[in-house]
Amino acid sequence: MISSVVFVSIFIFSISVFAINCKRIYRNISLGKKIPNIDKKQERIKKTLLIAFGQSKMFDRPVVGFLHLIVYVAFLLINIELLEIIIDGVSGKHRSLAPYLGSFYNFLIAFFEILALLVIISVILFWIRRNIIRIDRFIKNDLKGWPKLDANIILYIEIILMFLFLNMNATDQILQNENFNNYLEYGSFPVSSYMTFLYSDLSVEAVFYIERASWWLHIIGILFFLNYLYYSKHLHIILAFPNVYFSNLESKGKLSNMKSVLNEVKLMLNIDPEHNSTNSEIERLGAKDVFDLNQFQLLSAYTCTECGRCSSECPANITGKLLSPRSIMMKTRDRLEEVGNNINKNKQFLDDNKSLLGDYIKKEEIWACTTCNACVESCPIGIDPMSIILDIRRYMVMEESSAPNEINNMMTNIENNGAPWQFNNQDRINWINNN
Amino acid sequence: MNKISTIKELNNNGIQPEVLFWVGCAGSFDDQARKVTKSFTNLLDKANVSYAVLGTEESCTGDPAKRAGNEFLFQMQAISNIQTLNSYSFSKIVTACPHCFNTIKNEYPELGGNYEVLHHTEFLSFLLSSGKLRVKKPDFNGKKITFHDPCYLGRANKVYEPPRDVIKKLSTEINELKNCKEKGLCCGAGGAQIFKESESGNKEVNIKRTEEIVESNSDIVAVGCPFCKLMISDGIKNVKSKKELVVYDIAELLDKAI
Repeated sequence: MISSVVFVSIFIFSISVFAINCKRIYRNISLGKKIPNIDKKQERIKKTLLIAFGQSKMFDRPVVGFLHLIVYVAFLLINIELLEIIIDGVSGKHRSLAPYLGSFYNFLIAFFEILALLVIISVILFWIRRNIIRIDRFIKNDLKGWPKLDANIILYIEIILMFLFLNMNATDQILQNENFNNYLEYGSFPVSSYMTFLYSDLSVEAVFYIERASWWLHIIGILFFLNYLYYSKHLHIILAFPNVYFSNLESKGKLSNMKSVLNEVKLMLNIDPEHNSTNSEIERLGAKDVFDLNQFQLLSAYTCTECGRCSSECPANITGKLLSPRSIMMKTRDRLEEVGNNINKNKQFLDDNKSLLGDYIKKEEIWACTTCNACVESCPIGIDPMSIILDIRRYMVMEESSAPNEINNMMTNIENNGAPWQFNNQDRINWINNN
Repeated sequence: MNKISTIKELNNNGIQPEVLFWVGCAGSFDDQARKVTKSFTNLLDKANVSYAVLGTEESCTGDPAKRAGNEFLFQMQAISNIQTLNSYSFSKIVTACPHCFNTIKNEYPELGGNYEVLHHTEFLSFLLSSGKLRVKKPDFNGKKITFHDPCYLGRANKVYEPPRDVIKKLSTEINELKNCKEKGLCCGAGGAQIFKESESGNKEVNIKRTEEIVESNSDIVAVGCPFCKLMISDGIKNVKSKKELVVYDIAELLDKAI
């Protein structure tokens, strides 16, 4: 009875904190500009099923793609077991679903145990890649400090949770054999039966306490992990799905044509602008801060797992420039969090004289991009760091006029003679006669 | 060589050419790119394609301005180009520049410019497959040919096979680079980079890419973009290589073989 009350209290508390964090993320993302008409819903659902649910792009790198698939499938399936844990916790019973499922129950638990073992192996391999082999993209400067620790914490939590799950079953088996209390025989399980030797010298009571401790730590661990997500790079387990859904369906080469500019251009060229433009408010051109980005870009900032595939394929980054597309996403999230905390504290955003450009992202990063789309192509979940870079360029050029001199010269040439170089437009046809 | 007509001349004489050849700024002004322009027009002549150019009415598509963040200048260029293009009749636009190709194909429609746009490698591949062009000297003396994918042709528009189809007519196989197609490394020119000094780092992007090409042990690196051609030629001058490596546009290679 007491245990039920404790369980329900912990459970409700954790879910409430999680709900509050979800609301914050939603509110922060809503600070961005609305994404205009989400069309082609069927195509988007198909893409989400293929890329997010089906993990298709993870297999661009097959070995790690396979390991990730194991952890992902295990995560989806082992969570079915969570249902029973919750029922047990509320009712104070043990293995409530077993009597209803019969031998299928044994099959399920056996299956989960094998998955748990595979997860432990995969996660250990992940840890080795990060900390022993030290794969380049995991030891780059933009991952120093908290991001590196965060990544390892996630791996540790996953190992601990899987171990507790197996340990729970191992001790359970000993108690079954001893006919202890209500531990009825359900048979032995493929992985945990090899762990029972750990406790062979202990008294039944001691094993009972270990079993209970494993059970409680397992569920508390899961609830802790759920709430850890908000503070870590691990939100992708939820946000990857909407992120892929909202990601760009058109050619990667197509950059949006800014509507706010179009009317003015038409006026300048003496073409009738569309009179139905109700948007009289002058909005900032391009992006200086997170408010100027769109909601998809902000969603992506929360979704990014900091895997660094983008940066490892970015021509600027691999030739030692400061620009790292991964870091563009991480900085966008950091600034968005700062803005969010500002709102939490002051009820509304109080100007802090800071902005994404300048305080987080440097001009040097922005101007190093070749717009080659390698980062966009490489992201397994449809994040587009290049779009943020271009929005910041737009701000720098159209609002601040702070482009590098050579860029200004190039633009002046286009304005004056219709080519990025200083040639007379009349010479355009010289190639016809010159050999 | 046939006389190269402007679209104005042809339309005034009641002729609607099949192809409007969008030469592009590089193709008009840059020495290396002009060779490509010449080769491509040679090929059009050999295939008896009716074509014309805009001549002095052509102007920058606005791509470098847009990628540098100047949407005003881009739209000014785009809209005036669209006005020019819409005043003539032709059936398709073909260009040897992937940046022009991408801009006209993807960004002009919303602004009122709807055309069938092909990259010259797509059109050449079509001319070969339809028998309008026939390769007479298919053998490059056993030379290994590799292909460097331009970002704005490949990743941006998923045109991977047409340039390869052309190369396959010239050589028994393509000596593919380790990083090719979706993973092709940029030459370093795009996004208006070619017009400025690069930010400080430990290497220039074109040097990195040229090193990858040198590693492939190829004799010829084929390109499909005037900017890649510039960047890689420059890279070849600065990267040590055991054997001679030359860079040609697909049109130049094909022109040599017909």
